[in-house]
Amino acid sequence: MPEQDHLTVTVQRGGPDAPLQPQTFQVPAYDNQTVLDVVSWIQQNSDPTLTYRFACRVGMCGSCAMMVNGVPRWTCRTHVGKVSKGGAIEVGPLRNLPVIKDLAADMDPFFDKWVAAEGMHHPTRTRHDAIEAIDPVASDRQEANAGIECINCSVCYSACDTVAGNPDYLGPAALQRAWTLFNDAKDADRDTILDAVSGKGGCHSCHSMGSCTTYCPNELDPLSAILGLKRATAKRFFGGRK
Amino acid sequence: MTEFHLYMAQRLSALVMAPFVIVHIGVMIYAIQGGLSAAEILGRTQGSVFWFAFYGMFVIAVSIHASIGLRTILGEWAGLRGGMRDGASALIGLGLFALGAQAVWAVTA
Repeated sequence: MPEQDHLTVTVQRGGPDAPLQPQTFQVPAYDNQTVLDVVSWIQQNSDPTLTYRFACRVGMCGSCAMMVNGVPRWTCRTHVGKVSKGGAIEVGPLRNLPVIKDLAADMDPFFDKWVAAEGMHHPTRTRHDAIEAIDPVASDRQEANAGIECINCSVCYSACDTVAGNPDYLGPAALQRAWTLFNDAKDADRDTILDAVSGKGGCHSCHSMGSCTTYCPNELDPLSAILGLKRATAKRFFGGRK
Repeated sequence: MTEFHLYMAQRLSALVMAPFVIVHIGVMIYAIQGGLSAAEILGRTQGSVFWFAFYGMFVIAVSIHASIGLRTILGEWAGLRGGMRDGASALIGLGLFALGAQAVWAVTA
């Protein structure tokens, strides 16, 4: 049995029209319980107006990310025992994004920046051509493979202090996506990618603080991807090619 | 001047400053052996094309490097945007250059 019967859960509530206000709930404590379980218990048993977002509950979809005790996390993969401080936890909406309501952050700016960073496929062939053979051990492919497990949860974006200080900054996820495509043999437009990440708020705004890599729940390394983009743009400046 | 060009200018000015800083500190340690006087310093620097070029380029590199770095800080910490931020950092760069150039001229002319 847990040491206490109840958890004291402070939830930041509000939205665009009402500033966030903390509201405290008492939630039954169990031996095995995730933060998402706790939030769901509040919504189902205590206050049905609580707004939050989730889908898969197993760490695949990335939709349940929230701030837990000030740190961005996948709530479905965060055991209460790991974050509870004396039977208390604080849950809030993801940092660096507008709040729709309560724990649901507006992801639009995050995805708009994916597009702004050219996080889209530029095909080398048409549907009438044969599929390009990819060498799985090529160094480019290894670089691309390192970033493709990103599920767009925005934990890195919320963890990033550069995003907090510079609203134009594209952020770690979008830049990692750009680096992945830049290294993809099936991508035909590397110059466009480098142009997109060299503008206002591009990869050169990064201060290499590394919160993205520290907090990524998938243990990816956006910091190294951003450093790769900085190197690639500098090489291009001096007339070098990949 | 794009963000990328500012980034390159700041990195390249840092590259230029690195040997200057080492020589500057090295000469200071060497020069203060056995006391230090204004006459001794001026005897070394006045009329010297080498020290004029050395500290002249140092001042230019510092003005470029510092103003670009402060531009970022003005944006992220002071919330300045657009022309206000560019103007303020350009003024800082010009100010640093004016102060530095005046000092270089005073000891090498």
